[in-house]
Amino acid sequence: MKPPRLNSQYIPLVATGVVLAVLYVTGGCLFPNFFSLRVLVNLFGGNAVLGVAAIGATFVILSGGIDLSVGAVIGFTSILIATLVEEHHVAPVLAISLALLLGTGFGAGMGALIQRFELPPFLVTLAGMFLARGLAFVVRPDNLGIHHPFYAEGINHSLALQLDSRVSWPFAATCFVALFLVALVLAHYTRLGRNIYALGGDETSARLMGLPVARTKIATYTIGGFCSALAGVVYTFTTQNGDPAACVGKELEAIAAVVIGGTLLSGGVGFVAGTGMGVLILGLIQTLITYQNLNSWWTVIVVGLLLLLFILLQNVVSALSGRLDNTARHG
Amino acid sequence: MRPERFQNRPVRWWSGLEWPVAGLALLLLFNLAFTPGFFHLELRNGHLYGSLVDIINRGSPVVILGLGMTLVIATGGVDLSVGAVMAIAGTVAAQLILRPGFPFPALILASLAVGTLAGCWNGFLVTWLRVQPLVATLVLMVGGRGIAQLLTNGQQIYFEDARLVFVGNGHLLGLPFPVLLSLALLGLTALLTRRTALGLFIESVGDNPRASEFAGVSTRTVKFVVYAFSGFCAGLAGLIDTSNIKSVDANKIGLTLELDAILAVVVGGTALTGGRFSLLGTVVGALFIRTLTTTMYAWNVKSDVAPVPKALAIIAVCLLQSPAFRRRLAAFRRASPS
Repeated sequence: MKPPRLNSQYIPLVATGVVLAVLYVTGGCLFPNFFSLRVLVNLFGGNAVLGVAAIGATFVILSGGIDLSVGAVIGFTSILIATLVEEHHVAPVLAISLALLLGTGFGAGMGALIQRFELPPFLVTLAGMFLARGLAFVVRPDNLGIHHPFYAEGINHSLALQLDSRVSWPFAATCFVALFLVALVLAHYTRLGRNIYALGGDETSARLMGLPVARTKIATYTIGGFCSALAGVVYTFTTQNGDPAACVGKELEAIAAVVIGGTLLSGGVGFVAGTGMGVLILGLIQTLITYQNLNSWWTVIVVGLLLLLFILLQNVVSALSGRLDNTARHG
Repeated sequence: MRPERFQNRPVRWWSGLEWPVAGLALLLLFNLAFTPGFFHLELRNGHLYGSLVDIINRGSPVVILGLGMTLVIATGGVDLSVGAVMAIAGTVAAQLILRPGFPFPALILASLAVGTLAGCWNGFLVTWLRVQPLVATLVLMVGGRGIAQLLTNGQQIYFEDARLVFVGNGHLLGLPFPVLLSLALLGLTALLTRRTALGLFIESVGDNPRASEFAGVSTRTVKFVVYAFSGFCAGLAGLIDTSNIKSVDANKIGLTLELDAILAVVVGGTALTGGRFSLLGTVVGALFIRTLTTTMYAWNVKSDVAPVPKALAIIAVCLLQSPAFRRRLAAFRRASPS
């Protein structure tokens, strides 16, 4: 690898960091309470579901694929846990494990279809989205609050970290940060991570190099399924609720966070750390818009524009490093 | 030298339609046998009513979106923004109708133009800025609904104007007006793609953009035109949908309809990898999906659960079309003695 290309790889990541810093400082200058601990904690706690989902999406996108089933799996997982705990009196830990297992299996199944039958990822995961959303409504057609002591006491109080007299760090945020650290190691320091990058960079080359392309591809969607299910679990933590209609369109937010984080949608280039920052940027935009008393639909417009800005930036970077062929391919 | 598949197989207008038509026929047969009253048609006030009419009527927006989507997918792209564009176009129409004295033809033109403009924006991103289609249209899919919300100020708009209501609810020659609109669009699209070189250009760009470029086809122009056309279709579908319910809610109009449109195209036999496309296949595909939905309603399946069979149908159709699956099936057949 030539040194200039390595450098240009980092440009999107640096840009993401700059945008994050600019947004945070702007908020701090405009509003008196913006730099408070509470806002920072809310930023992590309020975006934990998106964060967990986006980390899963990062791996899938790095491998050159796409997963549109994220939001639906969150809805399915949340209502499954709520129903099991509240109506069938299953121990919460057991219900959560079961939900995680199902989500992981679901991802593996989609990966197997994509890999073995050479079906386009976006179509298979689109079907997966319909399936998971529909099954969520089969489990229970309306939402259900979770009042089990494990949630009311354990998640809210025992597992939350009291930072000062008024602000506590929610367990959901802990889940997000923990998964982030695991993902960081998985992506950059393990063989599977390397293989995922190689697969996304060029599938044919990866195969010719003797890398286990089939296994890696299925593993990627399995990770994606697990993260979506975990996002569903985190959703039950933050809302104390299961909802079959939860998080419609969350997959798009997750993809936006990944792209804003500097990961190329054609695969092979990107960073888990970038996704973490992308999630915080989306969260900051939402906070700023709330503070500004603007209508919430400004959020989607700003997110759309930011998405566009980063795509253009990626194209410039790609052009500079002579990877234009990559952008001509579609995800 | 033409590839073998073109040499030996004469391309007829119905070629490739066997599977989607068989699927639709199977579904209709099922209803004939098990759903009482499904084929009941009634003439009321000179208009036809019944489940079948309902299917083609309510299926019209999907047919219209599907026609645009077919051409986009044939160039190897995809347009995820059609649902959001429907919302924008519908919003524009509903806002203008509330202005007294605004000429009606100008209103129709304006909302179609807004749709086309949105399509041009997608085309601009895809062709000039070389953004992958999935992402380029994702931008408008995410942002478009926000724009529509901004136009309505987050309010639902209701209207009673007879002319606008006619677009989605009127009848002409005993048939619902949306059906006639979709038939007209089908005719127009078929004429443009099959009687001019445009269809050939689209297929060649989808098959191999580089080779088409070398052969003198302007891939940029072709791609730009199909996205603009898809935007136009979304505008028309948005008009119909808005008119149909006599109100506009920017959050609801055309929600997940982009998925139905993509499904219609795939069920109709147009490959997602681009290349050959079938307009009639898409129409049959759209009707298939609508029939599936209507069947489920007839069986009292809740609308929320309805996606489950839809999803299974997509996977089944895709597997049947997948060369890898066919190879495995063939190997399995050879292995088992008959």
